[in-house]
Amino acid sequence: MKASEIIKNGLIKENPTWVLVLGMCPTLATTTSAINGLCMGLATTFVLMMSNIVISLLKSVVPDKVRIPCFIVVIATFVTIVQMVMQGFIPDLYASLGLFIPLIVVNCIVLGRAEAFASKNNVWHSLLDGLFMGLGFTWALTLLGIVREALGAGSFFGVNFIGGADGMLLFILAPGGFICLGLLMALINHIRSKSKAK
Amino acid sequence: MAKKAESTLINMLLALTLIAFVASLALAFVNKMTKGPIEEVNKKKVAEAVAKVLPKYESYSVDTVTVKTDKGDMPMVRYTAVDAQGAMVGQAMESWDDNGFGGKLTAMVGFDAEGNISGYEILGSSETPGLGAKADKWFQKDGKGNVIGKNPGTNPLMVKKDNGDVDAITGSTITSRAFCRLVTLAYSAFNNEKGENEQ
Repeated sequence: MKASEIIKNGLIKENPTWVLVLGMCPTLATTTSAINGLCMGLATTFVLMMSNIVISLLKSVVPDKVRIPCFIVVIATFVTIVQMVMQGFIPDLYASLGLFIPLIVVNCIVLGRAEAFASKNNVWHSLLDGLFMGLGFTWALTLLGIVREALGAGSFFGVNFIGGADGMLLFILAPGGFICLGLLMALINHIRSKSKAK
Repeated sequence: MAKKAESTLINMLLALTLIAFVASLALAFVNKMTKGPIEEVNKKKVAEAVAKVLPKYESYSVDTVTVKTDKGDMPMVRYTAVDAQGAMVGQAMESWDDNGFGGKLTAMVGFDAEGNISGYEILGSSETPGLGAKADKWFQKDGKGNVIGKNPGTNPLMVKKDNGDVDAITGSTITSRAFCRLVTLAYSAFNNEKGENEQ
């Protein structure tokens, strides 16, 4: 497998959000604003990359029957590290994302990539896969956050552009999250299938 | 690809134990590194909240008082601020209410020496974004439901729906009620101290 293929897979072809439809819980919960989506994506990218590296290193010493608990321990360790570092050094971000950081442990993208990719490939490729799957997740979350924030609060990365008027609250709340996600997913898959047909 | 370790009992035990051991070592290390900064951040947060909700003061002391809630007596953290002469200029309490729309609502509430509300700061809430979450600005001086300057002792703090004089957040009466209860609870700690001083 070539590196360029792994990059393309993560960002577009097998994008975790739009194509694999994994990790919907954090996707819907944290994208109430663009900046939250971006930060959640980056935190997940870090965990994904680190856990992919470690799991790829461990793949030959971990017996098959206990591989899942081993993976989970590795993932949970990195998530806890991210949480503690964030709480200590970026408290503002922790205040808005804190609740969702522990949820990265059960994010199916992380375990999914560990199981489907890192446990079968070498360290370099696993690192790339983790990085670009994470970035794929990040741009999906950021886009969703931008759309929801624009419609729901009338701002772009916190900069208000509709003056004193209230936004459409629905899009900040959970139902709006589902609606946006569905429409964006349809749009992106439409573009993908069109460019494939060419 | 390298040969996989067999799933024998001893291998499984070894692998899990080793991984868990290394993981706990790593976590212990990171914990040691971040413990200081996290504590500092929390302390700073509290100090900032106290400074925000109280009139100008020289220094403050911290104590814990017991307040009566519907769940029995509970401890409440209280910050008593004094001016350069040592006279009390106000008190701030870390108050809470368990029945917000999204659960527990906590806030730092400040009172001046007469018991008038001098400010508040929401510390933790899980209220609905866009509705109840507006509580952080709504009850401030330039907000629509301004409570600053009101005295819960002479005039019980209640929303208009409950025959009070506080404008509830549009669409979030439950959050507004929780906020009023929280301020009232904080005020009960204020009264408490004054009584003791007079004795």
